[in-house]
Amino acid sequence: MERPEAEVLGASDSCQAGEAEPGTGPAEEEPGGGAAGTMMEDCLSKKIEITVSEAEKRTGRNAMNMQETYTAYLIETRAVESQTEGQCSPPDSLWRRYSEFELLRNYLLVNYPHIVVPPLPEKRAEFVWHKLSADNMDPDFVERRRIGLENFLIRVASHPIICQDKIFYSFLTQEGGWKEMVNETGFQLKADSRLKALNATFRVKNPDKRFTELKHYSDELQSVISHLLRVRARVADRLYGVYKVHGNYGRVFSEWSAIEKEMGDGLQSAGHHMDVYAASIDDILEEEEHYADQLKEYLFYAEALRAVCRKHELMQYDLEMAAQDLASKKQQCEELATGTLRTFSLKGMTSKLFGQETPEQREGKIKVLEEQIHEGEEQLKSKNVEGREFVKSAWTDIERFKEQKNQDLKEALINYAVMQISMCKKGIQVWTNAKECFSKM
Amino acid sequence: MEAESRVPGPPLSGSPPGGGGGAAAAEPRPGPPGAARAPPPPASPEELAFDDDEEDLEVFSKDTSLTEANSFSPLIPTSPSSMINQYKFEDEPELRDLFITVDDPESHITAIETFITYRVVTKTSRGEFDSSEYEVRRRYQDFLWLKSRLEEAHPTLIIPPLPEKFIMKGMVERFSDEFIETRRKALHKFLNRIAEHPTLTFNEDFKIFLTAQTWELSTHKKQGPGLFSRMGQTVRAVASSVRGGGVKNRPDMFTDINDYMETFNQKINLLDKISQRIYKEERGYYCEMKEYGPIHTLWCASEEDLVDSLKGVASCIDKCCKATENRMAGLSENLLPVLHEYVLYSEILTGVLKRRDQIQAELDSKVDALSNKKAEKDLLTEEIGNLEDKVECANNALKADWDRWKQNMQHDMKTAFLNVAENNIHYYEQCLATWESFLTSQTVDLHLGEDSEDKP
Repeated sequence: MERPEAEVLGASDSCQAGEAEPGTGPAEEEPGGGAAGTMMEDCLSKKIEITVSEAEKRTGRNAMNMQETYTAYLIETRAVESQTEGQCSPPDSLWRRYSEFELLRNYLLVNYPHIVVPPLPEKRAEFVWHKLSADNMDPDFVERRRIGLENFLIRVASHPIICQDKIFYSFLTQEGGWKEMVNETGFQLKADSRLKALNATFRVKNPDKRFTELKHYSDELQSVISHLLRVRARVADRLYGVYKVHGNYGRVFSEWSAIEKEMGDGLQSAGHHMDVYAASIDDILEEEEHYADQLKEYLFYAEALRAVCRKHELMQYDLEMAAQDLASKKQQCEELATGTLRTFSLKGMTSKLFGQETPEQREGKIKVLEEQIHEGEEQLKSKNVEGREFVKSAWTDIERFKEQKNQDLKEALINYAVMQISMCKKGIQVWTNAKECFSKM
Repeated sequence: MEAESRVPGPPLSGSPPGGGGGAAAAEPRPGPPGAARAPPPPASPEELAFDDDEEDLEVFSKDTSLTEANSFSPLIPTSPSSMINQYKFEDEPELRDLFITVDDPESHITAIETFITYRVVTKTSRGEFDSSEYEVRRRYQDFLWLKSRLEEAHPTLIIPPLPEKFIMKGMVERFSDEFIETRRKALHKFLNRIAEHPTLTFNEDFKIFLTAQTWELSTHKKQGPGLFSRMGQTVRAVASSVRGGGVKNRPDMFTDINDYMETFNQKINLLDKISQRIYKEERGYYCEMKEYGPIHTLWCASEEDLVDSLKGVASCIDKCCKATENRMAGLSENLLPVLHEYVLYSEILTGVLKRRDQIQAELDSKVDALSNKKAEKDLLTEEIGNLEDKVECANNALKADWDRWKQNMQHDMKTAFLNVAENNIHYYEQCLATWESFLTSQTVDLHLGEDSEDKP
């Protein structure tokens, strides 16, 4: 495992010595023995089957006592063993709304900053094309969101580390009081402020190069997928137009056939096929939306990657600041001890002007500084450990993520090809039928 | 199916012209009547108002009932008569002896105007022609002149349409390449249709048009009644039909034709609009696809492990793009010009019917005059006799030409739509092949690769 370049000015010596290998790290509930990602047998997804099986429109009152309409989703869980025995025990189920999913995810983000946390399906419909609704209440949107939420839960349950989280488990199994439970963990307080993170990003001096590269990668991923989705939506729009306008042939052929003796039958039946052709695009494009959703998931994953990078930058910056602080204290100490002035300081000037301190005063100062230095060294040591820990576990998860991404995207592209093939086959069928009819004209 | 059947390829009259010569008279055609069926039902109640934006064409219904029944509908059993239709033509020999091409548009700039001339090449084995090959240059005006002369000489024959003077809508400019090419093709069609017409092909002005040098044609044009008299004729015809002239005693057959044409006119216009719209949508699709493919290639830059898949998809999309281009070309070369020609034909037919009515009206008014006036009885009777002949000739000519036109129309429509179907089949087959080969290449890799872990 590479050493990240976390070594900072003046701190290297005290830090390297006596470093304990990360066994138990800051992360909660990591399976013992380190290398996560191979313990798939421990994953929740192997033990229980999770589905988001229904969506229901509800009305209720919100925090400001105003009436609102929202959609609730039914989460069903079923122990896997009960399936294999041939008996199908009824699943446990509870209802959750989107905002609760968001709460869960935010909790996971704060508590597992080294994990690439799976994203939620989009809050609002974006990359819509002509006939696709941008309305959150639209049944197609709700359906796609249902699938996306199920996907999210399964992803979390399949992740070797976060699947073990108790809050996650309660989310799946405990209907009442879950929100309170989450809030009681006080995770919101632990969250890093955006401002702090931004500051760190700009000022950090020696971040691990891999994270810098990862950031660039995630930017590129986001940019290219956005572009792709935008153009895909336009392509879908045009395709829709081509198919649907053919439907007009159906109507006009039918009307025309009424005045034709010999051509009538051929026209009429050809018209029917034109109607079939025009209608077929609805299913085709609906399937394609699922493909788009698969890409969107990775669009949102880009943000999750960036979150991990930000955390690293924050920790690294923190470390650098601590080291800097320690170094300056040490210097002060030295100057006091030797009485030499290496750098300009106000103290130095005033003492020159107004006379030096008494030896007792100086001793006192030195003592305080020495204590602080000692504390600082301890802190720096543990920060360094934390930092290394973080980098190690984060990078493990990132590798896991990369594997997953490659596999998923490859599959998605194959799915896309399968969809295109199906569309072509349907097209051939319809036009062959139509040709048959035209030849009877 | 009628005994007088169609030959495939360029429309051809099945029988030699009656009586030869350029006279307007054509003998009544034996054989089954063309439009002698029950009067067609009234046009569909929904009057489709088409504005320029063709908003009515949008059919965005989510009608799921059709998706279920779809692809497996049983094929319509082949009827014996339609099979005869298919096979009979191969036996008929090629009867053409006049071949015309229109090509090579050239721009001419004078002090007064700029115009385009087209080269008209004629090859013939006919005795009436002094030579076997002619090459002349003609401009649009000359074609207009020819058309008006033909209409004058044969008021109740269906003279083929000329392409329009201008295109009102759209971005086609007067001298754009697209416009010139479309016009050239239509002019070519125009002359060939005349050449294939049993009567018109022997028209003297037609011969002069094909063979005279530019200055000779100019001279010839100046003689004889010009455009204006022909216009006057139609104006009178329209006016008289507005007064109900000629309709009273109109034989049922022509009323049937009239009714038919009303509906046909409507439908053909709709088909024209629909087809233009399809072309537009396909072009839009093509443009978007052109942008779509390269994005996948772009993505390769940041994904080492996905390069093959992404490049594969990019290449498939590009190939489908090309296939779309071919499909579009098919539309614009075959279906669109045919539909447009028949849109113009509808107008022409309406005019022909009106002129026939007018001739009838002349007779009717003389007959009325006879019953009112006692004097001049002999003179009137003679006039009436002549007019009756005239009416009979006109009716017969129109009837025959109508049958011929109807057959041509059926053939042309069938051919055009068959072509559309074939183009679409070809398009989908091409796309299918390219995606299937991509899929094969990918699934081979997948089987060699890793086993699946948990998948969402």
